[in-house]
Amino acid sequence: MGLPNASGDLSTEVEVDAFRRLFPLRFYEKHLLESIRPDARPLGRARETTIALGAVASANGSALAKIGSTTMLAAIKMEVMTPSLETPDEGCIAIDFHMPPICSPIVRPGRPAEAAPVVAKQLSDTILSSGMINLKELSLVSGKAAWMAYLDIYCLDADGALFDTALLSAVAAFSHLEIPVVSLNDDGKIVLSEEQGLSDREPVNKEKRKINLSSVPFSLTCVLHKNYILADPTAEEESIMDTIVTVVLDSSSQLVSLQKPGGTVLAYTSAIQVS
Amino acid sequence: MEVDREDGRSQNQLRPLACSRNILHRAHGSASWSQGDTKVLAAVYGPKAGTKKNENPEKACIEVIWKPKTGQIGKPEKEYEMILKRTLESVCILTVNPNTTTSIIVQVVNDDGALLPSAINAACMALVDAGIPMKHLAVAVCCCVAKSGYVILDPTKLEEQQKMKAFAYLVFPNSVHSVLPEGSLRVEGEPIENGIITSVTHGIMSVDDYFYCLERGRAASVKLSDFLRRNLQQQSTDSSKAG
Repeated sequence: MGLPNASGDLSTEVEVDAFRRLFPLRFYEKHLLESIRPDARPLGRARETTIALGAVASANGSALAKIGSTTMLAAIKMEVMTPSLETPDEGCIAIDFHMPPICSPIVRPGRPAEAAPVVAKQLSDTILSSGMINLKELSLVSGKAAWMAYLDIYCLDADGALFDTALLSAVAAFSHLEIPVVSLNDDGKIVLSEEQGLSDREPVNKEKRKINLSSVPFSLTCVLHKNYILADPTAEEESIMDTIVTVVLDSSSQLVSLQKPGGTVLAYTSAIQVS
Repeated sequence: MEVDREDGRSQNQLRPLACSRNILHRAHGSASWSQGDTKVLAAVYGPKAGTKKNENPEKACIEVIWKPKTGQIGKPEKEYEMILKRTLESVCILTVNPNTTTSIIVQVVNDDGALLPSAINAACMALVDAGIPMKHLAVAVCCCVAKSGYVILDPTKLEEQQKMKAFAYLVFPNSVHSVLPEGSLRVEGEPIENGIITSVTHGIMSVDDYFYCLERGRAASVKLSDFLRRNLQQQSTDSSKAG
């Protein structure tokens, strides 16, 4: 093949796939000049998004979200616990994000992925600070019992835009969540009520109710490369372009979070464009 | 708008800054940075041979280890490590020493608000002390939007917990005094110091508040970069007298 002295010379000799692997940046730049991406998306378009509610039958609330190929499964289990002394009438949400080795060839068993704890923390910060869930709704008996919601998100396929998909699946799972009926038994403990009319105990909450979501957050991740802003990158695009920006807005157009770790200098005007 | 802050500072006033370099003798570079009571120590070891497994061998690799003051390493520390790593990767010239790893260890000595910006500043100074080639320095500030709607800079921990509705950590490139003609340092028609390297926000704020924070942060970054420059020049003249 000979040494490549200019990409133009080599691109006529090498197949498209090989060129894509050997010179990914130049491959993408050729596409960007035409304002299009290798999967035929225009620069500003996100991939196809699907959500399926109730994917896990045994959980109190669950959802499967897909953005393109990135797939996340979120499930919520509710448990009764005693609230802390400082907030006696508030429940609690514990959010955990897992990246099992199935999701990507880079993740191997035994060694947790680098991105996993970061996405988990960003997710919990976003959900708790956006005020989507009012923790007071999760309270049962003030000072004695409150709900603890364990939200687990499993990444099944990591193909870029992990935070977006995770947030989407978490919000969908919360919207699907039904709080089970419980009642107070004689020992003063909360038990799950079995059927209607079985006991003479007063149920604490009459029926399974859904939790109220206010100001739902939604996010968009973009990569920046020179003057181009690409929305919703795939894993390949994320790995070769060094600047990733994630903007989270809530339904009243307030900025919940903007994360832009490192990368090239972003001029002021581009920041306005992205938001 | 007149604002009451507990320590008597005005809205735009930063806490007293103190910085010293070359405090650890075994590390290749080290620096300590304190803003008021927040103090962070950074040490740089490198470049060492070899890169980590999934990293590109044609570039230098940066590894960050964050050590909190107390407690075990958990998710917040991992997040700080990632933010610091990405920020420093964009500031250093990575193509000069390919296939090497530079380790930066950050130790929190005291946390009194604005921890991440202090750590970024300390890490930059330590990199300068170690002689790692960089494109420009990064200066970091923390802006916080309080519940009543005004913006303050460089909050203490008490202010962060009580008053704030949201805060933003912003990192800007150093302002440039260059001998090159003006036109060569423009990014998209704006001078390079108007860009943002890193921005991490927390809590809800409106988009306008965010841009307001950006402007305030940029103004403060000019003061910070002056401080950095004076500090570096002073210490380099001291060492040249000694050496």
